[in-house]
Amino acid sequence: MDDFFTTSVLVATAAAAIRLATPYLLAALGETIGQRSGVLNLGVDGVMLLSAFFAYWTVLSTGNLWLAALVALLVGLIMGVIYAVITVFFEATQGISGIGIFIFGLGFSDLMFRQQVGTPKPVPRLPSVNIPFLADLPYVGEPLFQRSLMTYLAFGLVPLTVVLLNKTTFGLNVRAVGENPQAADSLGVSVERTRFAAIMIGNAFAGLAGAALVLQLGIFQPNLTQGMGFIAVALVYFGAWRPWGVMGGALLYGVVNATVLQWKALGIIPVSISDLAGMAPAILTIGALILLARRVHAPAALTKPFSRH
Amino acid sequence: MTSTSNNLLEMRGITKRFPGVLANDQIDFDVRYGEVHTLLGENGAGKSTLVKILFGLYQADEGQFLLRGKPVHIASPAEAIAARIGMIHQHFMLVPTLTVAENVALGLASSRRPFTDLETVSARIREISEEHGLAVDPSVIISHLSVGERQRVEIIKALYREVELLVLDEPTAVLTPNEVDDLFVILRRMADNGQGLIFISHKLHEVMALSDRITVLRNGRVVGATTPAETDRQKLAEMMVGRTVRLTPELPPAQTAESRLVLSNLTINGDAETIAVNNLSLELQAGEILGVAGVSGNGQRELAEAIAGLRPLESGAMTLNDKDVSLASTRDRRNLGLGYIPEERIPDGAVAEFSVSENLILVDHAASTFLDKGMFDEQAIADHSEKMVEDFAIKTPSIKTPTSSLSGGNIQKVILARELAARPTVLLACQPTRGVDIGAAEYIHTRLIEQRALGTATILISEDLDEVLGLSDRIAVMYEGQIVAIVPRQDAERSQIGLLMAGATD
Repeated sequence: MDDFFTTSVLVATAAAAIRLATPYLLAALGETIGQRSGVLNLGVDGVMLLSAFFAYWTVLSTGNLWLAALVALLVGLIMGVIYAVITVFFEATQGISGIGIFIFGLGFSDLMFRQQVGTPKPVPRLPSVNIPFLADLPYVGEPLFQRSLMTYLAFGLVPLTVVLLNKTTFGLNVRAVGENPQAADSLGVSVERTRFAAIMIGNAFAGLAGAALVLQLGIFQPNLTQGMGFIAVALVYFGAWRPWGVMGGALLYGVVNATVLQWKALGIIPVSISDLAGMAPAILTIGALILLARRVHAPAALTKPFSRH
Repeated sequence: MTSTSNNLLEMRGITKRFPGVLANDQIDFDVRYGEVHTLLGENGAGKSTLVKILFGLYQADEGQFLLRGKPVHIASPAEAIAARIGMIHQHFMLVPTLTVAENVALGLASSRRPFTDLETVSARIREISEEHGLAVDPSVIISHLSVGERQRVEIIKALYREVELLVLDEPTAVLTPNEVDDLFVILRRMADNGQGLIFISHKLHEVMALSDRITVLRNGRVVGATTPAETDRQKLAEMMVGRTVRLTPELPPAQTAESRLVLSNLTINGDAETIAVNNLSLELQAGEILGVAGVSGNGQRELAEAIAGLRPLESGAMTLNDKDVSLASTRDRRNLGLGYIPEERIPDGAVAEFSVSENLILVDHAASTFLDKGMFDEQAIADHSEKMVEDFAIKTPSIKTPTSSLSGGNIQKVILARELAARPTVLLACQPTRGVDIGAAEYIHTRLIEQRALGTATILISEDLDEVLGLSDRIAVMYEGQIVAIVPRQDAERSQIGLLMAGATD
């Protein structure tokens, strides 16, 4: 245990925590916007898998990381259109529709991978970008300011999402539509358009989350996410539908994940139970969820399709 | 044909069909500048459909309307708002988690796009509040406001949008009598400023008090138009229903003797772990109707649930026919003679998906009369159901019809039939005629009075003050979880009860 509490190991663990938190944070932020508009999207994991695969395939074929991120974003938007049409215009049950999207994403990314790639080949990873001066700070420089642009983007999106939700007309519409769509409708706010837009933003974020995941790892394999999208949905509840809370959840998840990995590497956790220890983040999150989330109310219209009749 | 010059709104030949129903049949209706024009009618008469067409929520199948003398077509609420039509809906159209200013700003173009401009909105709200005497703080979250204050926010929303034509769909349903008076002052002032108001209600004394003109609808048609000067409550009720009705039931003197239900120092928690009923005591005698008046949310629901056995007591005791039932199950209470008509017909009183027959035997379905060797005796159940349907004049195509397809009044009769068939000695009736048409309400009242004559002790919990005043031997007024006064029938005065409901101590 003493090996763990050394400056260099702690700094490395913190850096890993922030890196690991990035895809969760992106996906959960997107899900937050969708849920605030009253739409639960359980398909996040499927969207992440699809966008991760297409991002990976793009890097494999072109070597261009930015093109890969763009492709992932587009995949997210396409899935967003599909999900929005199903749930907003056809008013389908959101829970089941989301699971359908997940299963489609899981199966299709798997199929494409087997057809087009076959065996996993590593690709270049996202480079870290050092922020001048700040990157050289002791202790905090490495974990906070020597990260990839994707991580900066994810954390930068937190305050932007706060502003979007709380300070803009669109955000006001989103919050109103998620709580009392009839009231919004009676004032001439289009519930359909608002939810459509919220779903599109949410799926775009999920697409970026898939890109962040695969470009940090530099490799793709079937079911790469292993349920990360579902954890992201749980983190929205954990964060009580507030971007800062969601960020806290993603960071907690990253810290526990990184610590377990580090402890495995240092031999603090015996090899025999290392798989078991891998469950720690999930258990911790669920525990925290039970303790924290009961105090806050979900958006009142969450999962409820809207129609005038 | 009337001249269009002084008409703000003119609707001509409006027809709207829904599958199997003709909701509006060739309706002509107009509103002048500076008047309150009331639409009066029973549930399902077509009032709401007509104003929803006006507000762009529905599209008319036939007919047209003129606004300020010009034909218009309104396809959505946004277009209605742009045409300066406002609507105050029966249920508040407010987002409870947002502030007053955010609720007002919703749907408006902002001067600081894409950001909201709540400072400007708040400033304008303060101006409107002052101008119209509508005190409200723009920065407060709606869920922290009282019902009366929320109603004020709804009016501010309309004034902010500078509506010229305001539709009020049963706006008084949740208000105390004093709040209703305040609202009417504001509405009258708006009319005096030249705005046109459409007031929808089925409360006759309110209609008489506020209206300039009254148009009565029945079964989707206009059946008459009148003014308060030319009519009275009795005539209006008859126009609405299409036959003679008895508005105030006659009540022979009560024959009270023995006590049936004794509540001693009850304290009951609400849903949010707050105290909903605080140290309440009450004694109910055989052969009397005790009315509980109060504004919704003052502990009536919790009290009713505790009496029914659906909510635990924090402290205190309760005896039913001299047996302590403080901890008894709902089944035990029922066996001891308690009948219960819950506030929510569906899902608390009846199962929507069940047939009329199934709901009629629900709760008592395990009684030996309905069983044959442990299986349902279909014939006995059918006989019982047919008899109930006939005795209680339940309008249903058959006893196998799903209960959900019945009207509110008939569902209520199904529940009443089931509860009275069990021959209760104590009857707990919560909002027994809420949302029920006049005919069914009259019938239910007759049945309650009949029970009284049979010696049943009845607690009538109702937000309809007319109902409480008309039926009760004694009126208990509930305020903030306590009974603040019990007034005998002969001393009960509407205005005084209204003050007590609003928390006035004297």
